[in-house]
Amino acid sequence: MTYGLPLEWIVAVRFLYEGRLQTLFIVVGVSIGVGVIVFMSAMLAGLESNILKRVLTTQAQIQVIAPDQVARILRDPAREIEDATVQRPSQRLALIDQWQSIVRLLRDEPNITFVSPTISGSVLAIRGEASRSITLVGIEPDTYFRIVKIPDYVVAGHPRLTSDSILIGIELARELGARVGDKINITSANDGQRVLTIIGLLDFGNKSANQRSTYVALRTAQSVMGMIGGVTSLDVSLHDIYAAEDMAQTIMASHRVVAESWIKTNAQFFSAIQAQKATNTLIRLFVGLSVAFGIAAVLVVSVIQRSKEIGILRAMGTTRGQIIRLFLLQGGLLGFAGSLVGAVLGAGGLVYWHSVARQSDGGELFPLVLEQQLFVYTAVLATLTGLLAAMAPALRAAKLDPVVAIRG
Amino acid sequence: MADHLLRLERIGKVYHAGEPSQAEVLHAIDLTLEAGEFVAIMGPSGSGKSTLLNIIGLLDRPSSGKLFIQGQDTGQLDDAALTRLRGESIGFVFQYHHLIAAFTALENVMLPMVVDRGFPDLTCEARARDLIDRVGLTKVADHPATDMSGGQQQRVALARALVMTPQIVLADEPTGNLDSKSADDVFALMREVNTKSRTCFIIVTHNRSLAERCDRIIEVVDGHIRNT
Ligand SMILES: Nc1ncnc2c1ncn2[C@@H]1O[C@H](COP(=O)(O)OP(=O)(O)O)[C@@H](O)[C@H]1O
Ligand SMILES: [Mg+2]
Repeated sequence: MTYGLPLEWIVAVRFLYEGRLQTLFIVVGVSIGVGVIVFMSAMLAGLESNILKRVLTTQAQIQVIAPDQVARILRDPAREIEDATVQRPSQRLALIDQWQSIVRLLRDEPNITFVSPTISGSVLAIRGEASRSITLVGIEPDTYFRIVKIPDYVVAGHPRLTSDSILIGIELARELGARVGDKINITSANDGQRVLTIIGLLDFGNKSANQRSTYVALRTAQSVMGMIGGVTSLDVSLHDIYAAEDMAQTIMASHRVVAESWIKTNAQFFSAIQAQKATNTLIRLFVGLSVAFGIAAVLVVSVIQRSKEIGILRAMGTTRGQIIRLFLLQGGLLGFAGSLVGAVLGAGGLVYWHSVARQSDGGELFPLVLEQQLFVYTAVLATLTGLLAAMAPALRAAKLDPVVAIRG
Repeated sequence: MADHLLRLERIGKVYHAGEPSQAEVLHAIDLTLEAGEFVAIMGPSGSGKSTLLNIIGLLDRPSSGKLFIQGQDTGQLDDAALTRLRGESIGFVFQYHHLIAAFTALENVMLPMVVDRGFPDLTCEARARDLIDRVGLTKVADHPATDMSGGQQQRVALARALVMTPQIVLADEPTGNLDSKSADDVFALMREVNTKSRTCFIIVTHNRSLAERCDRIIEVVDGHIRNT
């Protein structure tokens, strides 16, 4: 016996060791349950963070546009920005009134990190014989790149925009037969025209975006479109991205604009996540329940098998409380041991699945996120489940009449 | 008036009271025992000897009457207090050894002390080793408790009963399962402890010759006692 270790611990460990086949089976059972939970939670967290990251690096968390829009930003089901505008009857872009003062006020909001004015519209890109209709987005790189991580998508050249340079998608470049350093002609409906140098090619991982999206300096776009000083949207990023919808409402209440949060424009994504989480919770609940009943079943049998020993322990002065703790402890230990093995199983399975599961383009299906927190959380939960499951057997053991138990 | 070590006043026991299977096992038993007494309880099987022993050992409560241990009315004590009193002042030796298989002989002897303190320490082990030596099991101290002969197991059980230096040791047919040589050894050992430390022994036995080596024989017949 280890000196100083409490009686309950010593006896619990000895009992579990003595009944090692039972112990082994239930630990394996608990491990499988825990493994499934760890695997599933980590994979879902990975998928969610992946999608979230993609959404948040390709669009602003709030986009402020002019009110009474006929022109609207369209999004495809994959939620990539198409940046297509539907022209209003007036053939004019919907500019935001007094945008400078709105920008100033927004920048004072504590939850707002960046505000970036942009202008976007349809123009024609011409190179030699080839011409393509594209969406020209005029940006302030300093602020815009903090919100939409354009530099991350540069696959050739660099993203440092000047007044006569342009970033275009790789698909457009291919269609125009252009490379970095080549010049293309941009023409707008208002007969504005500029020759711009391609300084970088972008790959958004989406064909239509790669065909249509082009970025130039704000002033360049304004002058091409003949809208000096005008902007069509203010892109806003936030500290607390989940406050986006509230913030959008606040902005609409105090300015004559329409503000759309990423939460609203990605409502589908959110309801999918929500459904996943609900399923996950349900699975956890049922796995937890079956783990609990498994542990309880093993302990109930153990109480019956050990009733004589319990009687002897009681005869030698063991209190009811000590007997209760003895069995609670066995439950807790089974849960804890199962959670350790299960965490290893789950993590191992995850590493394996991560290495074999690929997206159609060969990229990883989900990032490998193995948060320490998940393991601690699972271990604590499994241990608690074990303790709880042991409650009924423990009470039963404590209620055993030592006389009857010893009589056998 | 000095308190008696043990006093039973009109102790009665009824099993399944109020049910058709109701059985009155003990009838108004009066009994007084003093420190240092070495007593045999005899009687036909089913006469209520074990029931009496369990009541004295605070494992069971009487249906009527009063049990005093050193003047303390045990009817006034709650379960926790009874458990404590039992742990401190009473040692048990049962017929079927009743050692805990998950522990070694030495550990079984340590257990009552560990139960009392809540954890084992050096003094527990030293005291248990001392007792193991006294019952002649030095060589097998670290063997699994149930890997021994019946006589050895019963000596371990005796050492365990003695480890808390109880005033009373209750032995329910301690030699009933042993060959006569082992029975004799165990009995001699109990007598030795009784003489040296004035521990009161109450031994249920069917062995007339062993009983006759006791100070006093109490006959239990149909739940009544007869002193001899
Ligand atoms: N827990 C119990 N419930 C009902 N009857 C019991 C119980 N324990 C003992 N008895 C009955 O009480 C009587 C005395 O039993 P016991 O004290 O074990 O006798 P002995 O030890 O002298 O053989 C027996 O008839 C037995 O069947
Ligand atoms: Mg009996």
